Amino acid sequence: MMQLPSSVRSPIGSLAIIALVVAAGAATFAYTAGWLSPNRLTPTKLVEAFAPPGGPALGHRRNHAKGICFTGVFEANGNGTALSRAGVFAQGQYPALGRLNLGTPNPDAADATVRVRGMGLQIATPNGETWRTAMIDAPVFAAATPQAFYGLLTALASKDPNAIKTYAAAHPGFAAFGAWAGSAPWTSSYAEDRFNGLNSFVFTDSSGGEHAVRWSLLPAAQPVAIPPDDLAKRGADFLEEEITQRVHGGPQRWTMIVTVANPGDPTADPTQAWPSDRRTVEVGTLIVQKIEPESDGPCRDINFDPTILPSGIRTSDDPFPAARSAAYAKSYDSRTAEAKDYPRQATEKKP
Amino acid sequence: MTLQSTTVHTRFTVAQRFIHWLMALCILAMLFIGVGMESTIEPKYHTLVSIHKPLGITILILVLIRLVLRLRDGAPPLPADMPPLMKLGAYLSHYAFYLLMIGMPLIGWAMLSAASYPVVLYGSLHLPPILPQSDSLHTLLWGAHYYLAFAFFALILLHLAAALFHAFVRRDGVFEAMASLQGDETAG
Repeated sequence: MMQLPSSVRSPIGSLAIIALVVAAGAATFAYTAGWLSPNRLTPTKLVEAFAPPGGPALGHRRNHAKGICFTGVFEANGNGTALSRAGVFAQGQYPALGRLNLGTPNPDAADATVRVRGMGLQIATPNGETWRTAMIDAPVFAAATPQAFYGLLTALASKDPNAIKTYAAAHPGFAAFGAWAGSAPWTSSYAEDRFNGLNSFVFTDSSGGEHAVRWSLLPAAQPVAIPPDDLAKRGADFLEEEITQRVHGGPQRWTMIVTVANPGDPTADPTQAWPSDRRTVEVGTLIVQKIEPESDGPCRDINFDPTILPSGIRTSDDPFPAARSAAYAKSYDSRTAEAKDYPRQATEKKP
Repeated sequence: MTLQSTTVHTRFTVAQRFIHWLMALCILAMLFIGVGMESTIEPKYHTLVSIHKPLGITILILVLIRLVLRLRDGAPPLPADMPPLMKLGAYLSHYAFYLLMIGMPLIGWAMLSAASYPVVLYGSLHLPPILPQSDSLHTLLWGAHYYLAFAFFALILLHLAAALFHAFVRRDGVFEAMASLQGDETAG
């Protein structure tokens, strides 16, 4: 076939090809960014699903918005080294920083009105590694997958009175959490609550062996059940006032236990508890020594992202830590940009 | 115009061409990972974030090497018949590229530092913070990182269009200066 000498060819064709290449590049980028997929569950969508009808409380976490900071130490007893080579399990004391909180998007919620209580915790080790975890007092999570959880949030926000029933019927994973929420006793102190990591992670030991685990913090203080009606008569901030006084009187302790899954246990679904006969290892004690209000406290601008892990702990096939990480980052980026809406007391007091 | 070495090259050196294409790959991956991870809550979010950080530091190291090569070996002169406005565009785009290639990883690192996130590269290998914790600095740097990423991608598309324009329309050797597979020229 005859080929035209290139100098004779019109540049129009070349320009069209160039335009096409650039447009294809831009379209691929737009697709990756999700701009062409309005149904994609983005971190923004998930975070917005927490917001009450009037919009989120600016400057605050988008969920677990009410909380109080603590500092102390994590005292590792060395038992955890059998499961994980993470430095945090080597016998010793490591600085701990955390936040006791309520599972509500409303930072002014009355303490007695919130069913779910939580604890965010950061433990730092001398080699510069950080472990962050955010736990709640429920024994199982409310949804089996992040998509299902988004569905639950949507149902909770729905005006349809049957929305929750419809959701529960379609999502059997909700039943165990629902039963807990309806019947579990309430305590009058964060110090009497057990906090559970719920998500599974993989521990790697020093010989490379891997163990699927979940962890919990068990209170040293004896839990005393108080009828919710009695708690409702207390002040809106009774939990924060109580823990402040209690820790002022002496450090409060929680024992960290690690539960090891048997092969075949559901590691990807936090609505399913593992059988109670599974091996547990006491790995150390969290000692809370000081309580500070969040507005000026050290936990204020800490994102308790559950994927911030030391070497020796990694995420498992549980899809939640990644989803939580994405959503927490979104919440963090939003609230740190709104700091003026949540002034620090120290600066506010200045004339 | 900057000083040229006495030897006039028509192509970038092999080392320069190699690092250009290697970085092109890294940077494109980086930008796609960046917008991709911002759009999803699936498990790949965590995977993408875990790649984003060490890849960013890799790019920072590569661009520093590249800058040394550029200062040492220079660049082939642009064709004499190129319109002055196009020449200006070429120079400015190169400055913009270097600013972004150096700036973006540093902004990312500083942004994580200001948010008190550990900068984990791999396993227990991590970088120290380069800024104290600060909500206002984090907000500023986050905005810069986010918007400059789109500016970076736009610049790459412009660069691509210009390169293809040189290759298919002007056919002036500028495209071959970077895209050629041949070795270094030995004579000037």
